[in-house]
Amino acid sequence: MNSLIIAVLLLALLGLAYQTGWMTSRRLATPNGVKVHSRPQYHAARVALWTLVPALVILAIWGLFGTDLTRSYAVSLIPTETLVALDQIGLNATLQRIYALASGYGVAGAVQPFEQSAADALRNFQLITFLALIAAVAAVGIFGLLYARSRITPRLRARNIVETVVTALLIFCSAVAILTTVGIVLSLLSEAIRFFSFINPVDFFFGTVWNPGFSSTGTGNHGQYGLLPLLTGTLWVAAIASLVAVPIGLMTAIYLSQYAPRQVRAVVKPLIEILAGIPTIVYGFFALVSVGPFLRNAGGAIGLNISATSALTAGLVMGIMIIPFISSLSDDILNQVPKSLRDGAYGLGATQSETIRNVLLPAALPGIVGAFLLAVSRAIGETMIVVLAAGNSPVLRGTPLEPISTITVSIVNQLTGDTDFTGPQSLVAFALGLTLFVMTLILNIVALYIVRRFREQYE
Amino acid sequence: MSELQSSGRAAAAKRTQTIRDGLRKRHRSEQLFRALGILAICAALGFVGLLFADVLRKGVPAFWQANLHLDVTFDPELIGADPRPVRAEGQSIADYNAAILAWQRSIAMLNWNNVVEASMRSVTPADLEIDSRQILSIPETNARHVIREAFVANPDLMGQTVRFDLLASANTDNWVKGNIDRTLGDAQQQLSAPARQLIDALEENGTITQDFAWGIFTNVDSRSAPASAGLAGAFMGSLYMMLVVIVLAVPIGVASAIYLEEFAPKSRFTDLIEVNINNLAAVPSIVFGLLGAAVFINFFHLPRSAPLVGGLVLTLMTLPTIIIATRAALQGVSPALRQAALGLGASRTQMVFHHVLPVTFPSILTATIIGVAQALGETAPLLLIGMSAFVASIPGSVVDQATALPVQIFLWQGNENRNFFEARTSAAILVLLGLMILLNAVAIFLRTRLERRA
Repeated sequence: MNSLIIAVLLLALLGLAYQTGWMTSRRLATPNGVKVHSRPQYHAARVALWTLVPALVILAIWGLFGTDLTRSYAVSLIPTETLVALDQIGLNATLQRIYALASGYGVAGAVQPFEQSAADALRNFQLITFLALIAAVAAVGIFGLLYARSRITPRLRARNIVETVVTALLIFCSAVAILTTVGIVLSLLSEAIRFFSFINPVDFFFGTVWNPGFSSTGTGNHGQYGLLPLLTGTLWVAAIASLVAVPIGLMTAIYLSQYAPRQVRAVVKPLIEILAGIPTIVYGFFALVSVGPFLRNAGGAIGLNISATSALTAGLVMGIMIIPFISSLSDDILNQVPKSLRDGAYGLGATQSETIRNVLLPAALPGIVGAFLLAVSRAIGETMIVVLAAGNSPVLRGTPLEPISTITVSIVNQLTGDTDFTGPQSLVAFALGLTLFVMTLILNIVALYIVRRFREQYE
Repeated sequence: MSELQSSGRAAAAKRTQTIRDGLRKRHRSEQLFRALGILAICAALGFVGLLFADVLRKGVPAFWQANLHLDVTFDPELIGADPRPVRAEGQSIADYNAAILAWQRSIAMLNWNNVVEASMRSVTPADLEIDSRQILSIPETNARHVIREAFVANPDLMGQTVRFDLLASANTDNWVKGNIDRTLGDAQQQLSAPARQLIDALEENGTITQDFAWGIFTNVDSRSAPASAGLAGAFMGSLYMMLVVIVLAVPIGVASAIYLEEFAPKSRFTDLIEVNINNLAAVPSIVFGLLGAAVFINFFHLPRSAPLVGGLVLTLMTLPTIIIATRAALQGVSPALRQAALGLGASRTQMVFHHVLPVTFPSILTATIIGVAQALGETAPLLLIGMSAFVASIPGSVVDQATALPVQIFLWQGNENRNFFEARTSAAILVLLGLMILLNAVAIFLRTRLERRA
């Protein structure tokens, strides 16, 4: 209700300001040749800005301190002897009762006299502060309006002022990307450093046992946080995924860009790109309930012992997921190879496949390597498929046929249902996250560098 | 001479033969290469088909569910409830609510299972011996709540007989659908022998039928009554998150794309922003979850499990997509348009906002929808900010506890009642995929529709 009143007030002020600015500036222009620098809407927008911004500042200040102010006033209303007897929970309960009484909703049970009087006083206080807030907002808004209006002259460069404000807003929005990166780096680093105050970084990066103990069992014993089992698990999955995705993706790109008729390409390409749009949780479920059991049975048929949840299952399905990344990127890169190279090869009598293998692919190789690296970085950072289908068994393994665990799986395990960042059990997630961030960042930078460098060769 | 000639001819013939052989070999390898390409495409398309076929095959049956159509008698002897309190003159709302709550509690204390059992008994063949625990395993455990709530809403029902459509329990549903091997011995069956017999009898006389499971769309998640678990709560959670993403990511993303493309001088600062955005686009999503957990929850103390935090995290994830797409759209606007606007004396801001931006509107819209669709399917970062908590209510605002569609899928796939929930999970996946396909179809429709005019 209150916020509705304030919103209506602000809107009314805004409309008034805009109208005032418009009218005042319109009156300036005379038929006998006084030229106004800016068009009326800019004058209007400027006045509106002068009205809105101070009012918003007042509201923001109230938003920051208002609740605390009301609360401390309500606490001061409780008689001292009662206040002394109350603990924190009792105090909150009493305050709740007073608030409920003040709102007119009433409370269940008998009302103590001090509660009633406090509620009455609080109701007055709330009314007064609310009126004061409205008065302040209106006063500041109207003051801004009048000030801005008084400054309107034919020579006032209202448009430039408004445009400066707009540009400042645009710059601020662009800075959000930087803020995000800074936020990521700072939060990962600070929490990871706290983790390393518990655990020696050498033990973390070169440890071969992953066994994070629980805080309830450990007295000084923090468990073991060796990264290597998780790293090998991650690499197993990424390797299998690229073994699946690279040949299929590359051959798809070659066929679609070199052989396929236009109509086929127009149908097949978007169909394959559907794979990139499917949520990863769907792949995870598919891997868990269909691919895993299928692989186990297939392995059983040829005498191989394959677990249903294993690096193989997760890698295979993740490979399917990254096919479109490889195929789309390779497609672009193959199309960028100049036609003259291809024509030259045909002129020498090479067949199409010979041209592709001996001319196109070598020319496009750096770009394809870049695409490959991008896909690998995606495979390393992927979470839901491995959470569901990799088996979560953080042990160093020499074979992909058994359950493994990855960095992302461990982040999820260490941080779900627990954001009490005091022990290494949850802080380790940030050290893992930092490792993951750095790994994928390096891969991405190298990949982008290679792709970009290659593109420049033909320009 | 003739010998030389013939030997020359032989050599030529041999050379032709070699060339022919070589050609044949080269053509064969050409064909092989081509076949490999076709094979790769078939494999990729096969995966798409397999995935969809698998999810459809598993999920579609879950949209039909066994229901019990029972005549329930509100027998005063069985129920014996007090009359509903009336608000007295001068009674505060809180006191009245307390009285109503006390009355509802007293109603809840009554044994509604007796009512359910009595109405089940009325349709049980007389010759079947079945105890009450067995008979109560057939309807879902929430049957008594449904009946009680109907009574709380309308106490006049006392003494009347009303027809109820009740959900059958997950085990009954599995039995009716034949998901359970009927030849298994009693020890391995979830339902006792008389219960199974009764189900078959009820199915025969039409008390149990398979109806479309609207509950999947209208109910919230449930642990105690699996057959009533639905997606409504998760759907609202996803919706709130999408709202946050649209309200924050679109203006910020478009604004920063405009700045970078139209205003930014080539300076270190703008270079930094550019590199940053490209890197952000490639940061694994789970890292954004870590950011959300550390910054929004641990530092700013925003509520855990709230769509607000999820939306903020997804906003930061979606921003690079929108910025990159908007920049591409802005680059696609012909320089002639800009020069014409500038030539007529427009300022740069006017040129951008009055002339360039309207032209790119369709592309920005499609990019936004695609970005939002991506965010809709994201799971991993939400797990880290507590959106995987069990929530049995529809969230009313962006700061209420909520979960999201993909997270609901994650929660259901881990449910111990595998037989039942594997199908439910596939059904939820179908709903999610349907939403994503819908969003992408809208994007494609808008692109073709609007771009032609521009």
